[in-house]
Amino acid sequence: MKVAVLKGGRSLERGVSLRSGARVEDALERLGHEVLPIDVGSDLVKRLVAERPDVAFVAMHGVGGEDGTVQELLEILGIPFTGPSAAACARCMDKVQGKDAIDEAGLPTPDWFAFNQTAFREFGAADALGRLEETLGFPLVVKPSRGGSSLGVKFARSPGEVPQALVSAFSYDDRILLERFVDGRELAVSVLGDKPLPVVEAILLEGDRYDFEARYEIGRTRFACPAELSAEEERAVTEAALDTYKALGCSGFARIDLILNDEGPWLLEANAIPGLTDTSLLPQAAEAAGLSFEQLVERILDLALHPAAA
Amino acid sequence: MAEVPEPTHRRRSHAGTRDLERYAGLFAERTTVMRSSAMRDLMAITARPEVISLAGGLPDTSTFPPQSFAAQMTRIAQESAAEALQYGPTEGFEETKDCSLEVMGAEGMLPDPDDIIVTTGGQQGIDLVTKTLVDPGDVVICEAPTYPGAVPVFCSYQADVVQVECDEDGMDIDVLEKLLGELRTEGRRPKFIYSVPSFQNPAGVTMSFERRQRLVELARANEILVVEDNPYGLLRYGGEPMPPLYQLDGGDFVIYIGTFSKILSPGIRLGWTVAPPPVLEKIGLGKQATDLCTSTLTQYFVREYFAERRWQRYIDDLIEIYRERRDIMIEALRNHFPAEATWTEPEGGLFIWATLPEYIDTSDLLAKALRADVAFVPGQAAYVDGRGRHSMRLNFSGVSAEEIREGVRRIGEVISEQVELYGTLTGEHRVPEPTQETEPNVVPFRKAEGV
Repeated sequence: MKVAVLKGGRSLERGVSLRSGARVEDALERLGHEVLPIDVGSDLVKRLVAERPDVAFVAMHGVGGEDGTVQELLEILGIPFTGPSAAACARCMDKVQGKDAIDEAGLPTPDWFAFNQTAFREFGAADALGRLEETLGFPLVVKPSRGGSSLGVKFARSPGEVPQALVSAFSYDDRILLERFVDGRELAVSVLGDKPLPVVEAILLEGDRYDFEARYEIGRTRFACPAELSAEEERAVTEAALDTYKALGCSGFARIDLILNDEGPWLLEANAIPGLTDTSLLPQAAEAAGLSFEQLVERILDLALHPAAA
Repeated sequence: MAEVPEPTHRRRSHAGTRDLERYAGLFAERTTVMRSSAMRDLMAITARPEVISLAGGLPDTSTFPPQSFAAQMTRIAQESAAEALQYGPTEGFEETKDCSLEVMGAEGMLPDPDDIIVTTGGQQGIDLVTKTLVDPGDVVICEAPTYPGAVPVFCSYQADVVQVECDEDGMDIDVLEKLLGELRTEGRRPKFIYSVPSFQNPAGVTMSFERRQRLVELARANEILVVEDNPYGLLRYGGEPMPPLYQLDGGDFVIYIGTFSKILSPGIRLGWTVAPPPVLEKIGLGKQATDLCTSTLTQYFVREYFAERRWQRYIDDLIEIYRERRDIMIEALRNHFPAEATWTEPEGGLFIWATLPEYIDTSDLLAKALRADVAFVPGQAAYVDGRGRHSMRLNFSGVSAEEIREGVRRIGEVISEQVELYGTLTGEHRVPEPTQETEPNVVPFRKAEGV
């Protein structure tokens, strides 16, 4: 089978995407497929039309490749592709849209407010900050609405830190959200087809848990897979993740990030195209489920070509 | 003859996570400090062709005449192919050392040729000196900010890196003196003080004469070595020449690191280190273990190049080009950076260090700048402790005048947007509003549950 591997592109996560793509190409070759690697640029449509691949493996992360843009083109060209549909990608990529969908499905997600830059620049939204800080409490989390790999996610411990956190988050997107900080265990559930894979937990290695920067620093966090959960916790977490997957309209695969505390799971967001590098969470979870990387890649292709097989 | 089996696959099979864990158990302790970072990933995008990158640190090798390069390489091929393709002495050829001596002589230094070892770039000098002097946990002192490429070297030998603030006159020696006192009371003796005293990378500042003298005196009094890294010394575009630390000290407590990278070519990977004989001997043993010898081929090239006696003229050409680019960058900064920003105006070297208001994190700003197809190095890269978040390093040597103007204009634009946004958020630059309190009824935010 001729498989186009779409990778790279212009997003901020280009580096990770190239690593994901290289690993997928390698697996595809060993599976005996004809591989067509494409570092996505302005000649994408031309190349796809000329090469007519049987299926496209989308190994792109971030804006452009994970937000439905590339998926939309593939839908127009009639080329089957891996991962969620264009519409589902758009919902996952945009945290505000995603949280709306999660909330509408009656699933628990931390309280939030969303703003675009215009609100601050033209409508004096800054005057409302005090009020919502009161509602959300401190620390609070400021996130760019679209963005991956935790880029631009900032924690504000006091009102004085909010403007600076907003300026940083607005560096990544014109829309941001302020979210209530929910303390608890950080879990990720990857879903393949409609089956949940073993849960992964991110465990902070050093420093106190309010050292927020450490969470996103490579090497300061360890991943446990499968996470140590009671049967009841595991059921609650996987159910919540599957419900989120469905609420967002995902298909193929996705990774759901959530927090677990005494009140139960709190859904944070879904990643339509989770990383596939050798340290990424989806391959780790697949391996814990007994799937080698090749088997994972083969299964993902299957789901793209025969969606009903899910 | 036995059949050699055809390789079955062009790429190795990638490791699974279990395999990674298996290898992780084999990794040396020192690799725990060798980390990749989100910022490094971000820097990967700066290589896109449409990006104007002020993030590099590249000399402009396009100015080197290709005919001259061809003639020298041809001569080597015709006259010395066998030798140039052979191993050479670990400490380097005498002729290469003579070239180093000429370069040092141009700045008033006259070391004993026996005190010199030829290295694979100045970077290997930093590595070998650290390898020779530093045990895990030993203190290494350097400038704040410091050369971003030195930090991973110190860290890989598990040094405890302590940074001393710089101002426009280089490393603050008062702070250094205080630090040395504190370390003494703790019973810790730093192994060396690393400094780029002239046209520092990344700050572009040059250490004053008075501070140079004090630094050398402090080193003598405390019997600590100073490692003087001087890649840019001859690239001076204004002001008075400053004596290198090595010259002031005479070479007792100063180890000198030189390189041909910025005055000829970084691609030839050729530098040298000058150290007191007992230290040099250990450095030599370390080098032998690392790579036996520096490339003989490029040593032949440098020898041929210096024999033409035009190297100083080439530096004069570079100075002309870089001076103009520096002036253009400074002018562009004045035109496009907001009033709250400050920057250094270097008398030489390749870099300008700009500092923004403290509410702007330059790592985040880089994401925004990349959307405008322009890149710089976020200041954090030059610190070990997360400082430098509001500064950036800008390179002017490897980019054309037009790119400098346009690049700085684009960065200025994204900064201005953030300055304006911050003003709006804090009410500092807000347009006057009616005095009576009004309900913010047009704010398009979502109500959280329970409000």
